[in-house]
Amino acid sequence: MSENKLVNSPGGTPLLLSGNEATARAVWEAGARVAAAYPGTPSTEILENLAPFPDIYTEWSVNEKVSLEVAIGASLAGSRSYCAMKHVGMNVASDALMTQTLAGVVGGLVISIADDVGFSSSQNEQDSRYWGRFAHLPILEPADSQETYEMTRAAFEISEAYDTPVIVRMTTRICHVKAMVTVGERINKTAPGFIRDPARWVMVPGAAKRQLPKMLERDGKLKLESEKSPFNILEEGSDKRIGFVTSGPAYMHVRESYPDMPLLKLGFSHPLPMDIIRNFANTVERIVVVEETEPLVENELNGAKLSVEVHGKDILPATDELSPAIIKPAIDGLLGIETAVVEAAETIPIEPLFPRPPTMCSACPHLGVFYTLSRVRNIHISGDIGCYTLGAGQPWEALDTTISMGASMGIALGLDKGRGESDSKKAIVAVIGDSTFLHMGMQGLLDITYNKGNVTILLLDNRAVGMTGGQENPGSGRDLQGEETPRVDFVKLVEALGVAPERVHTIDPYQLPDLFKTIRKEVKIPEPSVIITDQPCVLIDHYIHKPAYTVVDDKCTGCGNCLDVGCPAILVTRRGKETKPNGKEVDLAFVRIETAACTGCDLCPKTCAPEAIIPLPTQAKGCASHG
Amino acid sequence: MDDKITNILVVGIGGLGVMTAAEILAEAAISLGFDVKKTEVAGMAQRGGVVSSHVRFGKKVLSPVITKGTADFLIGFEAAESLRWTPYLRPEGVALVNDMKIVPPIVSVGLYDYPDNPVEEIKKSGQSVTAFDAGAIATELGNAKLVNTVMLGAVSEKLPFSAEVLKACILDRFRAKKPKLVTLNDTAFETGRRIAAEKAS
Repeated sequence: MSENKLVNSPGGTPLLLSGNEATARAVWEAGARVAAAYPGTPSTEILENLAPFPDIYTEWSVNEKVSLEVAIGASLAGSRSYCAMKHVGMNVASDALMTQTLAGVVGGLVISIADDVGFSSSQNEQDSRYWGRFAHLPILEPADSQETYEMTRAAFEISEAYDTPVIVRMTTRICHVKAMVTVGERINKTAPGFIRDPARWVMVPGAAKRQLPKMLERDGKLKLESEKSPFNILEEGSDKRIGFVTSGPAYMHVRESYPDMPLLKLGFSHPLPMDIIRNFANTVERIVVVEETEPLVENELNGAKLSVEVHGKDILPATDELSPAIIKPAIDGLLGIETAVVEAAETIPIEPLFPRPPTMCSACPHLGVFYTLSRVRNIHISGDIGCYTLGAGQPWEALDTTISMGASMGIALGLDKGRGESDSKKAIVAVIGDSTFLHMGMQGLLDITYNKGNVTILLLDNRAVGMTGGQENPGSGRDLQGEETPRVDFVKLVEALGVAPERVHTIDPYQLPDLFKTIRKEVKIPEPSVIITDQPCVLIDHYIHKPAYTVVDDKCTGCGNCLDVGCPAILVTRRGKETKPNGKEVDLAFVRIETAACTGCDLCPKTCAPEAIIPLPTQAKGCASHG
Repeated sequence: MDDKITNILVVGIGGLGVMTAAEILAEAAISLGFDVKKTEVAGMAQRGGVVSSHVRFGKKVLSPVITKGTADFLIGFEAAESLRWTPYLRPEGVALVNDMKIVPPIVSVGLYDYPDNPVEEIKKSGQSVTAFDAGAIATELGNAKLVNTVMLGAVSEKLPFSAEVLKACILDRFRAKKPKLVTLNDTAFETGRRIAAEKAS
């Protein structure tokens, strides 16, 4: 641990930190005693970086709602507490949020919400600043790592001063950008302990109703705080044709593109400092609001009837990331001048290239599942969120829906109960990973058994949260610190949820014939069944590599069957054509296996009729070291 | 220190060490007192998707993102990915490419073609490019993971700071984490440096 600079650097040390790392340090320094999260891009690394700090309890929770509830409970016990999630996580957690905002806090309660602006790894794009308006909470919006650090620390003070949870709104371009941060020292905070106060902590209608006016009064106080907040910064500028109002990473792009124009940078962006904005508007020809992603500030400014016109999403996109390349032409256009982006004209054109979408890893245990599903006829496949969502793509095309965490269960039941004419002969299959099942899938399965649904469920237990990098969960039997913890027994769990014991099967997904037979059998039985695949994610430390396989050139017939597995280690060496006896011309693809990538999982040999795929002869081993 | 910002784009696919290379470049710039920002989009990238890491340094860096046509350096860890990002180079920029090809399943199943000679296409676009098989060199030196250090060695003479500074940053990292690999990385760095110089002459 001695080399962990984030943890061990004394106050005053400058460090190159991502927004996520800066957040972790700030949470610890603020004296937080409890922090909880469920992994989710781009927020995952916050808790990973917090875990090694001393004197703070950290956990992977089973979902974001539970993580927020853990943080709320700790706050009620008087501890400063923290919770992190990606944007869609708050959709899950919001049930707790919307009432806790009435009840308030004891220990400071801070929530970082990381918006995946630009869809790097998400099913939608949301602007989490809406939660501030919806839940009457202050929103802080950092623009770089240093600000993330400062605002996260300050958020705990604001939370306690105004008796409110505080949201720090981050985006991918804050979470994953590394920049210099000067860190400080930890404040030691003790917790006074939980004090019974049913009028506040038991949110029955009468109590909640009495809290409501207090929350509205708080709105007014927070507005005054926003007016004097050091995070709302007015930057002078000589070119007053435009006054920018901007926040978050957009600030950096605007400042770089237009260094001479006056600018109001909103760090405490909800409630808005409307007095400052009104005065600012009086000093410029027009206001342009530059914000990611939706026009929240812009709409409020339009409602406020400022002395000058307000522009924003009329010239800028309301989706995806902004950048100087997007902002500059839009602003120049507004000013009626030719865009001075010389680079664009001189950009070197290239021919369009093949896309490189994410793929499943070599030897991934999901490969056999989707190879098999692609060969089972007459099924609709309800999918879920995780690496296995990639099963919708090439070469498998064996996943038909994905909506939200755990939705594969309810969607499958709905597909079953709402069958149209063309579905009458179709079987309904649901595919869900272990962590997603524990996050929000269990309730859906209970609904299937309770309502006698006819769904075959594939529970892909790879003992990790694969897509975010192999984090621990209750299915892995290890916690955030990597320590052993009771491992959930999926067989017992699904049986307890009402699946008949004879309808529960545990299968090794590399054993293709077993998998195929079991799926074929279960889809024909009109009851809920669960097929659990039990091989681990290849990315986690405990995965065991076996000797690689190779292709015997003379035996390969070019049938291309192994390519349908979708393993990145299988590569085409040459292509050809063959005319079958029936006169039909078929494409041939002869293959080889990339030794360095192959882990010897033994899946592809099972797809090879001519038995051309064999273990690499032992004398070839050791030729190259791939340490 | 003048106001000039240096833009380095490091590209490849997940798992090749792109982000580590970018991090080391950032550390080297910091050690010289530059303001630095480094950014990439990760997430699904670790599933074999495209990775691009932007490193910007200078007196004061605002936006972390390198705009098309403004990269001073393109360090490509894979041939076709280097071609994909070539439009980000400024005219007269420096392209340094590991010409190893990693063919994705989407090409293997026959839906798309992998270009025959990506490096040739980069040249056709008018950019000068230094290309070599860094993977083969790394394997020859005994460890495929040395690609990273070989590539950094190869670009080291062209950066706006001394090659020794960059090398020191790499070796310091290993000294802290894997001291046994210090000498090997030193050799890898110098091999990359030498090969780039030979190619240039």
